[in-house]
Amino acid sequence: MDEEGLAILVEDVHKSFGSVRALRGVDLAVPRGRVLGLLGPNGAGKTTIVRILTTLLRPDAGRALVEGHDVVREADAVRRRIGLAGQATAIQPELTGRENLEIIGRLYHLPRRVARDRAAELLAAFDLEEAADRPAKTYSGGMTRRLDLAASLVGEPKVLFLDEPTTGLDPRSRIAMWQIIKRLVASGTTLLLTTQYLDEADELADEIVVIDHGKVIAAGTAAELKDRVGGDVLEFTVPDGQQLAAAVAAVAPLSESEPHVDRETQQISLAVGSRGSAALLEAVRALDAAGVTIEGLVMRRPSLDDVFLAVTGHAAVAEPSAEERRGRRGRRPALVSDDGTDSSHSGDQRRN
Amino acid sequence: MTAQTIDIRADTGLRRLYWAVSDALALTKRNLLVWWRVPAFIVFTVVQPVMFTLLFRYVFGGAISVGDHGSYVDYLMPGIIGQTAAFGSIGTAIALGLEAQKGIIDRFRSMPMSRSAVLAGRLIADVGRMLVTIGIIIGVGYAVGFRFHQGVGSAIAMVALAALFGLAICSVSAFIGLAIKDEESIQAFGLIWLFPVTFVSSAFVPIQSMPGWLQAFANNQPMTAVINTLRYLAVGPTPGATTLEPHLWQSLAWLFGILVVFGSLAVRTYRRLS
Repeated sequence: MDEEGLAILVEDVHKSFGSVRALRGVDLAVPRGRVLGLLGPNGAGKTTIVRILTTLLRPDAGRALVEGHDVVREADAVRRRIGLAGQATAIQPELTGRENLEIIGRLYHLPRRVARDRAAELLAAFDLEEAADRPAKTYSGGMTRRLDLAASLVGEPKVLFLDEPTTGLDPRSRIAMWQIIKRLVASGTTLLLTTQYLDEADELADEIVVIDHGKVIAAGTAAELKDRVGGDVLEFTVPDGQQLAAAVAAVAPLSESEPHVDRETQQISLAVGSRGSAALLEAVRALDAAGVTIEGLVMRRPSLDDVFLAVTGHAAVAEPSAEERRGRRGRRPALVSDDGTDSSHSGDQRRN
Repeated sequence: MTAQTIDIRADTGLRRLYWAVSDALALTKRNLLVWWRVPAFIVFTVVQPVMFTLLFRYVFGGAISVGDHGSYVDYLMPGIIGQTAAFGSIGTAIALGLEAQKGIIDRFRSMPMSRSAVLAGRLIADVGRMLVTIGIIIGVGYAVGFRFHQGVGSAIAMVALAALFGLAICSVSAFIGLAIKDEESIQAFGLIWLFPVTFVSSAFVPIQSMPGWLQAFANNQPMTAVINTLRYLAVGPTPGATTLEPHLWQSLAWLFGILVVFGSLAVRTYRRLS
């Protein structure tokens, strides 16, 4: 794709904070009107990419264009074309929803009357009409997020950046947010969305880029990424921890790759290709022959969780063990690194 | 594409200035609306200077001899007004620190608005708040016996200089707030530096009553120059300020200098926020 058709182009961007290398050569290309899901655990570099593309940070090396404008040299032109919403809110809680949007309209240099109309229009579109003249601090979490998203749309952006738009929302508000985002995208806005939730990327994104430790480690549509897992996934729990090893040994021959064991939940999952129910039967027989008792046996289509596991060798949101929690520094979750230096998970790793 | 390029070029000079003012006023409105909704904040900023007025007027005042300066309440009130303007600046540091920390400033920086607007809107609103507080304190002063002796014009000039002084201290405070960001640290350190500056000056006691080494500091720091000018404008010549000129020019030079130095430091810190 030539640069003309691209809403976002990122080429070999590097960024370090002191000795921490947040981005280590990232490339992205998002055609106009498409949705890119940027997926990765906390500390992977997602927010750094968004901050560079929204002109808040300068890259150390490489270049980044939004709608053809360089984020460093033509920052003002970029700012006129983008909207940003995310965890950090632009909302002043003491002001009403309407006042918040009207003032932001003025900051986008809309004439007073236009700013007023735009605010009313957005409040209606986001189902906030009833609450429009109440202070924003009386809003629920979902309403605040909707108001914040409305604020990012005041300037009618061509490219919208949503940094973890549903983090911390209850499931119902999350689904409501998804519907709003889908409506926006249908109207032609280019969207870059960061998320830790694999189902969210699956639900909203045309293309998904998986990022870990400041590098793109996989890219493709949700279907393409799922194909990398290798067909269906068989999953079961072994209630007796002593039998975990025996269970793995029993089912390993059925798996396309090494089975994944979660020692905390004592759950085993394995990719069984497209052999359908035959794989299920073989697994039950093998486990029975090995004398292993299991619970909650299911066969399902692979989720993006499985994808993450397959490409990174670790789960997307790993719960750090007690000893890792004591030893870790900073906010980065204790995950196994992709060069395999964290030995505590090495038994669980698999590659393809 | 070309149309946009032309647009950017046209966005210079007067147009840019127009939008800088417009953006600053939009944010001033935002800040003032917050106080309108939560007047408690204004009340808290008034309580402290009222307390100081009463403490110095009725507790310490009797023990403080101001010699030929006239009545102590006339000596005191210009000092209290200067202190009110200085201490009111803590609000600037806290508000900017919070906005930086919560990411509000990031959102503004991602918008095509003037780079100076967040700081300018904050300072304008804070000076407005300061004027309200000073008005209330003058009222309290009148209740406890203070009087302007130089007429209305001089009184207005005094309030204007106090506001300019407040603005200068707010620019220092803005820098502190943006540099520290953390609210608790700002609460702890944002005011401490103002104690020696306000108390080791001519605000509450004549400088002659201090030991010599302290007089050297008190005589040559901006607060004294400003308080002497405020006092002259309020009550006329006193032994501390027999004429207006040297004190007024010293004050303006100090305030201009502080504004330039700390204003640019604040702008620089704002631009580098991340």
